Amino acid sequence: MAVNSTPSRLAITAVIAVLFALPYAGAPDFYLSYLYVVFFWVALATSWGVLSGYSGYWSFGHAAFFGAGVYTAASLTTKAGLPFLLTIPLAAAVAAALAGLIGLVVFRIKSLRGEFFALLTLSVTYVLAAIVSNTPIDGGGGVNMGQVSLPTFGTSVSGAIYLLGLLLALGALAVSRRVLCSRLGAGLLAIHDDEDVAEVKGVPTLRYKLAAFAISAAIAGAAGAIQAGYVGYITVGDTFSITVPLYVVLMSILGGACHWAGPAVGATLITVALGLFVGGNHAELGRAGVAFSLIVVILILPQGIMPRLLARLRKVRVQPKAARPGALTLAAARPAAAAMPASAGDSVLLECRGVTKRFGGLQALGGVDLQVRRGEILALVGPNGSGKSTLINMISGHFPLSSGSIVLDGQNISSLEPHEVARKGIARTYQIPRLFEQLSVFENVRLCAIFGSEHGAGQDDPDALARHWLAFTGLADKAHELPAALNLHERKFVEFARALAARPKLLLLDEVLCGLTPSEVDQAVGLIRKIRAGGTTIVFVEHVMRAVVALADRVAVLDQGRLLALGAPQETMQMAEVVDVYLGVAHAA
Amino acid sequence: MLLAQSALGGLLLGGIYGLLAMGLSLSWGLLRFVNLSHFALAFLGAYLTYQLGTQFAMPPWAALLLIAPAFFVLGLALHAVFVHFKVTEFSSMLVTFGVTVLIESLIQWVWSADFRKFDTPYAQSSFQLGPIFVPVLELSAFLCAALLAATAWLCLHRTLLGRALRAAAQDGPIAAAFGINARRLSYGLAGLCSASAGLAGVFIALTSTLAPSQIEAWIGVVFAVVIIGGLANAPGALAAGMLVGISESLTMALVNPAWAPLVAFSILIALLLWRPRWL
Repeated sequence: MAVNSTPSRLAITAVIAVLFALPYAGAPDFYLSYLYVVFFWVALATSWGVLSGYSGYWSFGHAAFFGAGVYTAASLTTKAGLPFLLTIPLAAAVAAALAGLIGLVVFRIKSLRGEFFALLTLSVTYVLAAIVSNTPIDGGGGVNMGQVSLPTFGTSVSGAIYLLGLLLALGALAVSRRVLCSRLGAGLLAIHDDEDVAEVKGVPTLRYKLAAFAISAAIAGAAGAIQAGYVGYITVGDTFSITVPLYVVLMSILGGACHWAGPAVGATLITVALGLFVGGNHAELGRAGVAFSLIVVILILPQGIMPRLLARLRKVRVQPKAARPGALTLAAARPAAAAMPASAGDSVLLECRGVTKRFGGLQALGGVDLQVRRGEILALVGPNGSGKSTLINMISGHFPLSSGSIVLDGQNISSLEPHEVARKGIARTYQIPRLFEQLSVFENVRLCAIFGSEHGAGQDDPDALARHWLAFTGLADKAHELPAALNLHERKFVEFARALAARPKLLLLDEVLCGLTPSEVDQAVGLIRKIRAGGTTIVFVEHVMRAVVALADRVAVLDQGRLLALGAPQETMQMAEVVDVYLGVAHAA
Repeated sequence: MLLAQSALGGLLLGGIYGLLAMGLSLSWGLLRFVNLSHFALAFLGAYLTYQLGTQFAMPPWAALLLIAPAFFVLGLALHAVFVHFKVTEFSSMLVTFGVTVLIESLIQWVWSADFRKFDTPYAQSSFQLGPIFVPVLELSAFLCAALLAATAWLCLHRTLLGRALRAAAQDGPIAAAFGINARRLSYGLAGLCSASAGLAGVFIALTSTLAPSQIEAWIGVVFAVVIIGGLANAPGALAAGMLVGISESLTMALVNPAWAPLVAFSILIALLLWRPRWL
């Protein structure tokens, strides 16, 4: 990130030190409270970014978590007599619990759309406001915190509030940066681009969304507690107002929601701009100005300021990065799943027992029994609509089974979530490549190396793995491109690299050859052979018969959701029934 | 008897909810624009009705004749901006959020933040149906909503133009390949949705107290109504409006008026958990 070089790190440390010293140096309260407002919005906007910026689930309900914090602090100090400082972590906990509860309800909805999430979170704000104003928590008259003794470190109350705000803003930034650089952040960015694929690649999407939601709400709750101390007199109208989500969303978009520092940059710019208006007693004009800039920014600069800036910086720094892949020696990287016993033999890796899938009244699979042997290449063929892709989707856990079971290595995997199936060692590719479009090719592959399988986790450096599999698929020089810059052939090979980086025991390939030119098909066939030579078992769905005959050890023919034939390629494809389903009965007769 | 009276009140309130929800539902479902500024437009319409009525003594129906075409043009202009900048479904919500705040500021600037009430001689007029009093204004709002819902449904499902609109909403490029000029249709629909906001505004001016902050109070409930009724479904929006309206009034009568705002969201959350097919 931008903070890595030593001079800029020194400068940032110096700025932070000066900020901490300000109250002790006797800065006037007016400036302290002005800066506090900046910190407050930095913390709030940054916390919003942790869920909404990274994962793309835009919450319009940030006021709910902020308000939960405000009222937790207000109630506990005035009614229970707790010390103010103690209520800050408690407020964070209450807000996080609230987020967890809401998340459990809404994130379980499989087809939850972004707009629904936004509106639902907005509704929660109103519900919470109604509850607070109708119960003794507020009672409709507001809560006066005038009697509460506030801490006075940093020489005065405003100094203390200022320092708390500064700590919170720095804390929020640190948390946000930490999240972005961790597995959680990688997973959230993948969810942002394509949640289904993220799940199939091993990202525990539900858990990650809940975690991000809780972290985001906790920071907002803590900000609420501090704000309660700052404001002193609390009303439902001011707390649960639309201003909070409006400002937070705008600040994040202006700065760039996908970057950890983006919301903070936007928050600083807007708070300073608003301060100029409020200074001249034009609060209403300021609000209109913010609204107007929201419109302009979204129309003209949908990506925000930070990504633009970073793109500039990155152009300068691309040189050393591009040199790195060359340093990798191909021989050093071991073949896939080397831990597996070398004796491929006849042992069964995957077994489908009576796998049935009904979509409403339509039966897509009617009891398929199929064994996949360790180390083999099994081709899955059949006419369109015969259930090939459905079977792949069932094995990878995308659809729940109507009946039957799927067993991998003696373990029943039929009731597992897709990400758990992925971590058991099953990887798949998509017929139409579904890459994470906002991530570079390298990051696409790296993500799958991180989340792919549990047996290799922690031992290998995901960066090295990603470089290895990109070299393996011949994409090393495209590593830092975005997927949009690739052609279909290259996109399919990125799909390969992603699947392989997970070091699967079983690789499911869904029509990888369709749409490729004859020479590209030959290349892909060579690649598949190389993969098998590394010890990976492969099941592939294919219409290109030349490739089926060239690659497969055995062919399974599906027709109307049933297994029609199974055996060596040449003989199976010449069986009368198989010819019938492919060419029509009349032709065979 | 009190219950029957409040149920009727809720039913008629549901008419106004439905009136507001229809425009939103159609523009969300068919144009893929989540138009938050619909509420602000309705309130702008309400304030204009108030102004024309109090300053120039213009009757509401005449005000409507002015407001509806003006809002049609306003809707066209807003849609033109969206189309020009290729605003996505999600960004449309953010942009119109901004427009809402802008209009709210404008209203506050012109009419101040104070509550306003448009007093008309017929504001309290009602007739008696057995033991129940039926307020005339609310009833006409409800009838307008019902008429609009029926017209919208007939247009969308029984005319070539309506079918073309639905096809364009489901897959724009394919519909265009079959010769549907989605662009012109979408402009027309955007204008009509905006005009319907003006109509709702006239009734809001006649039946409730006006304040800029009231805009936000409607957003939550009406969006709940839109989602409950199903997107692009005008009769559904009206039915959902009636459901929410009646539930709210009964809550007010039986439990406590202060809890009424919770009703719509409780229904919405219950529905989202149960997930019927139309959602």
